[in-house]
Amino acid sequence: MDFFLWLLKRLLALVPTFFGITLISFFVMHLAPGEPMSIQADFNPKMTPEMRQRLRAQYGLDKPLYVQYGRWLNGLIHLDLGRSFSPDRRKVWDKIRERLPVTILINVLSMILILVVAIPLGVRAAVRQNSLFDQVTTVLVFIAYAAPAFWVALLLMLLFGIKLDLLPISGLHSLMGYDSMTTFQRVLDWSKHLVLPVFVSAIGGLAGFSRYTRSSMLEVLRQDYITTARAKGLSERKVIYRHALRNALLPLITILGLSVPGLIGGSVIFESIFAIPGVGQLMWSSVMARDYPVLMGNLVIVSVLTLLGNLLADIGYAAVDPRVRTGIQEGD
Amino acid sequence: MKRPLILSFLALLFLLFPFASFGKGPGPDYGDAIVVGSIGDASTLIPMLASDATSHEIAGLIYNGLVKYDKDLNLVGDLAESWDISKDGKVITFHLRHGVRWEDGVPFTSKDVLFGFKTIIDPKTPTAYAGDFLEVEKAEAPDPYTFKVTYKEPFAPALSSWGNIVVLPEHLLKGKDITKSPLSRHPVGLGPFRFKLWKTQERIELVANKDYFDGRPYLDGYIMRIIPDPATMFMELKAGGIDWMGLSPIQYKRQTNTPFFRKNFRKYKYLSFSYTYLGYNLRHPFFKDKRVRKAISYAIDKKEIIRGVLLGLGVVATGPYKPDAWYYNPNVKRYPYDPQKAKRLLRECGWKDTDGDGILDKDGRPFVFTVLTNQGNSLRDKTAQIIQYRLKQVGIRMKIRQLEWTAFINDFIDKRRFEAVILGWTLGQDPDIFDIWHSSKTGPKQLNFIGYKNKEVDRLLVLGRRTFEREERKKVYFRIQEILAEDQPYTFLYVPMALPVIHARFRGIRPAPAGIDYNFIRWWVPKDEQKYIMP
Repeated sequence: MDFFLWLLKRLLALVPTFFGITLISFFVMHLAPGEPMSIQADFNPKMTPEMRQRLRAQYGLDKPLYVQYGRWLNGLIHLDLGRSFSPDRRKVWDKIRERLPVTILINVLSMILILVVAIPLGVRAAVRQNSLFDQVTTVLVFIAYAAPAFWVALLLMLLFGIKLDLLPISGLHSLMGYDSMTTFQRVLDWSKHLVLPVFVSAIGGLAGFSRYTRSSMLEVLRQDYITTARAKGLSERKVIYRHALRNALLPLITILGLSVPGLIGGSVIFESIFAIPGVGQLMWSSVMARDYPVLMGNLVIVSVLTLLGNLLADIGYAAVDPRVRTGIQEGD
Repeated sequence: MKRPLILSFLALLFLLFPFASFGKGPGPDYGDAIVVGSIGDASTLIPMLASDATSHEIAGLIYNGLVKYDKDLNLVGDLAESWDISKDGKVITFHLRHGVRWEDGVPFTSKDVLFGFKTIIDPKTPTAYAGDFLEVEKAEAPDPYTFKVTYKEPFAPALSSWGNIVVLPEHLLKGKDITKSPLSRHPVGLGPFRFKLWKTQERIELVANKDYFDGRPYLDGYIMRIIPDPATMFMELKAGGIDWMGLSPIQYKRQTNTPFFRKNFRKYKYLSFSYTYLGYNLRHPFFKDKRVRKAISYAIDKKEIIRGVLLGLGVVATGPYKPDAWYYNPNVKRYPYDPQKAKRLLRECGWKDTDGDGILDKDGRPFVFTVLTNQGNSLRDKTAQIIQYRLKQVGIRMKIRQLEWTAFINDFIDKRRFEAVILGWTLGQDPDIFDIWHSSKTGPKQLNFIGYKNKEVDRLLVLGRRTFEREERKKVYFRIQEILAEDQPYTFLYVPMALPVIHARFRGIRPAPAGIDYNFIRWWVPKDEQKYIMP
C-alpha cells in the first residue's frame, strides 16, 4: 500500500515538471533567430512584404508569445499537437507517428545488443582485473567510444557494401521486388538492412555500458558477502553471476532509465547516414526550418520519455532493492 | 498459284519484322526506370505551395504549364499551343491544346488555368509565388481552349510565369482548402509521369503516363531516393543503388576516373544557373568610391579561385548572368588580376601606408574590414581565404566571419550590419533582375541589400520588364551589364558548373544551356541493358 502511495506521489510530481519543460522549451525555441517563413521567404525575389505578413498571420506568429503558448497548450490538453508549419501542413502527430516505429525498433535492437555484449564483457573484465583480457578490452572499448559514429559507418559501408558486397548500404529495404517477397524474405531483407545501423548505433553505448558494469562489479566483488559466499564453498560461477552480478546491476538500472529519451534524440546521426526515415531526422529538420509545432511535438514525446524513464528507474530500484523502499518510509 | 505464296511470305515477314527490328534496331526502346539520389525530401507536391527544389523537381514531371523553356532558354508552348500579345503589350491570349486529359480522364480546359490563377492570388493561399500574378488586372476563360490575361502594365516576365505553378485540376480542388488537400501527398496531374507512391524521407516513385499528349516517356519509371548524406549517396552510386546524382568538384576530378566509373557511368558538365560574388555594403565609407571596388576587383585573381576552389570546373563571372545565356553580354569591362593597377587606384583615392605596418590607411583609419559568409559552405569559405590572401598583398586586411544561415540573414543582412559578404544568387531563366538591382528594393527584407542606386539601371530595369521583343530586350540587358561591370557594386567571382553523373545505360542525354533534363522524357535504355521492370 505504501508503495502505491509513493508511486502516486511520484506520478503527481511529474505533471508540473512536464509543463515546466514545455514552457521553457517554447520560449527558448523562439529566441533562436529567424522564423518558419525564413526558409520559404528569405532571399526569395517573389516574396512581397504583404505576403510575408499574410503568412505570419496564418501561422499565428503575429500574436504575442504567451498567446501562442496558450493556444498550443490548449491544443495539447485536447490531445492535438497542431499542424506543421512546413508547406505540407500535415498534422504533427501524423508526421511523428509514421516515423516512430522504425526509430524505436532500431534503438531497442541496439539496446539489446548493448546489454547482451556489454554485461558479459564488463563482468569478465572485472573478474580478471588487470589481466591481458581486461587491458585489451579497455583499449578497444575506448577506441570504439572515441571513433566518430559517422566515420565508422562510412568505413563499414565501404567494406561490407562495396568491397565485399555483402550488405546493402542504406535504406530500410530493397528498392525493387520488395512487394513480391514472402514474409520470410521480407524479414531477411529488413535484417540485412538493419545490421549496420544497429551496430553503429550500439558502438558508443557498448563502450560506456561495459565500463559501468566493470566498475560496478569491481565494487561489489570487494564486499564482505562475496567473501562469505566464497567461504561457503559456492562455485566461482555462482558467486559471480548469482551474488555479485545481481547487486552490480543495481546502478545500471538508473543508467538504463536515463538512456530511454536517447532512444529518440540520439538517432540523428545514424539516421542521416543510413538514410533511415526516423524521428531523429524529423527533429533535426524541424529545428533547421524553425517548424515550431513539430519541434514542440517531438519535445513532448522526448520529455514524456525522460520522465517515464526516470520513474521506471525509481520503480525498478524500489522493486529490486528493498532498502530504497524502507529507506523512504523511515525518512518520513 | 505463286502469288498467294509470296503474299503469305510477305505477311509472315511483316509479322516477324517488327519484333526483329524492335530488339536490334537503332531506334529508342521503351522500358527501365531511373533512380535519382536527392539530399532532401519533397515538402508538398502542389507546386504553388512548395518552395524547395526537390518538390519542384517531382512536381515538374507531374504537372505541365502553359509555356516552358526549351534547351536554348527560349519560351515555347507547352499546354498552350500558341499565344498572342496585344500591341500595347497588356493582353496575352493563350490558345490551349485540345484533347489533353487529367490522369482521372477529365479534360483539361482553360477553367483549370483560371482556377489556378484565382487560387494563387487568394490571400488564404500560403504561396511564395503570388508576386507576378498580382500584376494581373483581369483573367478570363472565354471558351474552354482560350485563356486571356490583361495586365495593368506591360510585363515581359509575365509570359514565363504561366508555367506549371499555376495549372491545377479545378474538379478536384474547387471549394476546398488547398493547404489540407490530399493532392499535396498524392498529386493528380497531366504531365509525362504519374504519381505512384511517396514514403516520407525514403523515396518517391513515378510511372510513365502512357497517354501523355507529347508522346509517352521512353522510361517506365522515375524513382527518387532520399539520402541525406552525400558520402552515403556516392557509395550508393558505386554500389548500383542509384543512377543519377550531382557530383562535387573533387568527386568529379579525383574520385571518378577509375576504369569502373568510365565503364559504368557518364559524367556531364554544364554551367549552373548561379553565380558567387563578393558584395559590398555601398553605404560604408570604404566602399562608396567605385575606384576602391574596382581596385579590389583587380586585386582578386578569379581564375586562381576557380582553379583552387572549383578545381577548374567553373568560369569567371563578369556580371549577373551565366555566359551561355542569350542575354549575356560578353563585351563588358573585365577585371583581370592586376595588383599594380589595384595599388595605383587605391593610391588615387588617398589610401597610403603612412605608418609602414603593411596596411593602407587614410585619415588615420586602416583599411580593415570583415567579410561575412554562411557557415557550412566550404566553397565560399575557401574563396574567402584566397581573397584574404590576395587583398593582403595590396595592403588591405580582410577578416572572415562565418554565420549560421538564418542568423546571417536576419541579424546581419536584414539589419544592414555588414561591410562585405560572399554569397551567391541562383538565376531564373528570364533575365529580369529588378528585385536585386532596382533602387526601390533597398528597404528592409528586400534584396538590394547592398544599397545599389543607379538612375540609368533603374530606367532600364523597368524598360526590360515592358519589352517583349527578344532583340530589344537583349539590348536593354546588355546595357545593364555594361553599367554593372563599370560600377562593380559586386565583384562578380565565378559561375560554377553543375556536375551530374548518370549511369551509362541511359541514352539521348544532350547538355545544353538549359542543362540536361529538358529532354528527360526522351532518354532511353537499349532493351538488353535494361535493369528494372516497373510493375
